[in-house]
Amino acid sequence: MTRHSRSATSPPWPVALPAVLALAFLALPVMGLLVRTPWGHLVEILTSKTSLDALRLSLETSLFATVIAFLIGVPLAWMLARSEFVGRRLARALVTVPLVLPPVVGGIALLLAFGRRGLVGQYLDACCGVTLPFTTPGVVVAETFVAMPFLIITVEGALRGLDAKLEDAAATLGAGRWTIFRRVTLPLIGPSLVAGAVLTFARALGEFGATITFAGNLPGVTQTLPLAVYVGLEGDLDQAIALSLVLLLVSIAVLVGLRDRWLRTGSVS
Amino acid sequence: MTGVGAAGIDATIGMDRGEFTLEVSLTVAPGEVVAVLGPNGAGKSTLLRALVGLTPIDRGSIRLDDVLVDDPAEDVLIEPAKRRIGVVFQEYRLFPHLSVADNVAFGLRSIGASKQVARTYSQEWIHRLDLAALSSRKPGELSGGQAQRVALARALATNPRALLLDEPLSALDIATRQDVRTQLTHHLRHFTGPTVLVTHDPLDALVLADRVVVLEGGRVTQEGTTHEVAQRPSTPYVASVMGLNLLRGKALAGIVHLDAGGELQAPDASMAGPVLVAVRPTSISLHEHRPEGSARNVWQGSVDTIQPVGDRVRVSVSGAPSVVVDVTRNAVNELGLAAGHAVWLSTKATELEVYPG
Repeated sequence: MTRHSRSATSPPWPVALPAVLALAFLALPVMGLLVRTPWGHLVEILTSKTSLDALRLSLETSLFATVIAFLIGVPLAWMLARSEFVGRRLARALVTVPLVLPPVVGGIALLLAFGRRGLVGQYLDACCGVTLPFTTPGVVVAETFVAMPFLIITVEGALRGLDAKLEDAAATLGAGRWTIFRRVTLPLIGPSLVAGAVLTFARALGEFGATITFAGNLPGVTQTLPLAVYVGLEGDLDQAIALSLVLLLVSIAVLVGLRDRWLRTGSVS
Repeated sequence: MTGVGAAGIDATIGMDRGEFTLEVSLTVAPGEVVAVLGPNGAGKSTLLRALVGLTPIDRGSIRLDDVLVDDPAEDVLIEPAKRRIGVVFQEYRLFPHLSVADNVAFGLRSIGASKQVARTYSQEWIHRLDLAALSSRKPGELSGGQAQRVALARALATNPRALLLDEPLSALDIATRQDVRTQLTHHLRHFTGPTVLVTHDPLDALVLADRVVVLEGGRVTQEGTTHEVAQRPSTPYVASVMGLNLLRGKALAGIVHLDAGGELQAPDASMAGPVLVAVRPTSISLHEHRPEGSARNVWQGSVDTIQPVGDRVRVSVSGAPSVVVDVTRNAVNELGLAAGHAVWLSTKATELEVYPG
């Protein structure tokens, strides 16, 4: 009996060996990071001005990017899920572009649109004296561009999965549009809103390519955590490792927090 | 016909949905239960959505307690939230994230009642529909019959001007259906407003409704009391679904003593107490002389009406019990049937459906 069940669950070696190899391949870099972390003066490194500036800037810009994505991304998700309009398919395709576009290309594209001589940027500069490239708002723009699709896709999936019949039922019970949205729609898609926002935040926090291309790498102004890690590689390796550890911890926190929701939204979208 | 100034539902509805056109006049008096009976695709759901206000009508008008709620000519369209029509939807549509108590209180909260007031008032309905033990459960943890009671409580707790039920029993398995139907009869009797029951099940119409409106292909093909429609079906569809003979009685040791006179052999002896007996018109045979043979139930009667429908003929026979019988045109000729004619009726005990009523 025991022998029988063991042979049924133990995989043949041509499967087991590559599987172990794959797992090791994923685990070793993380271990390398942990082993080489300068635990002795970690606090000292993380409280240095460069680190604190990068940390503060990253948190601020990522939070801002998430809020902007929320304010304009959720309405777009709603439109994509709920209303019929010309070019909806195109709009949906457009939403997924930043997901597959190499971020550095995204940065170039942003420059061509919002740069000083860009499609829109020239008018922003002429009329309001607003310049985005190489400024902190520029970082937010780059992060929003790259991260917003996560929110839109998650929320759109949730809205599609939501049964409009429940909203109709709420209407017959005397609920107005706003009440329906607040007491039926929102609670039902709530978990997906949270999941989408966390994913967006995490993606914004890790953004590198579009940021360095569009906003540059000015310490205290546009040098976010990933950029500080990159700079550290050429000068202070210990700092690069310490900051990487911070990003790793954030990633793990997101993973743990979304364990169930990630799977659920994955099946919806 | 209900005239201007009358309470209840007074609707003349014209709607176009591509190829499909719905043309229906419907009046329902306060306290009256009208069944809208029809096959799939007859326009029942479209009619219901129009009454509730989820789909605007193209022609005609809908009045509710003499208030115009939809009239394209007058440019009047009151949104669903303002119509105060309680709806029990097919599949019930309970809010999955709210407890039973919060589902029932939802309507009151929506129209601005405080949490406390809504709770207190909805408690009354929770008790009336025997839901107290379930009040903290989520809809996902309820049986079909329980969910139906929650849906009814949720609709009634808003103190609606009218009640609409969309196939209220179709989501239930057959075993619970009869039970819930009996309970529903009881609750509908206490509702003082007009009730519209949309169904494709003639048994729902017979048991729950005072009057039946038959809808086929977007048109009303017949309306009247359930008795009238069963006796004189005007289309093959009506004949096939209506006319189920439904007899009330008390079962004792395998014999059902009918309230209106006469008795019938039940298929099994286990049933006792008040029961309903259902017999299809095609399950009863007519004879000139007392039949010999295996049929256990034989009685005498006299022909009331003869109504040809398609290739069959519906014969209404008074006796103990009075029933409607479907026979072929040939049988009518062979038996020389005519109004006032005396006939023998027979049916097998196994053709009877007996269940607690």
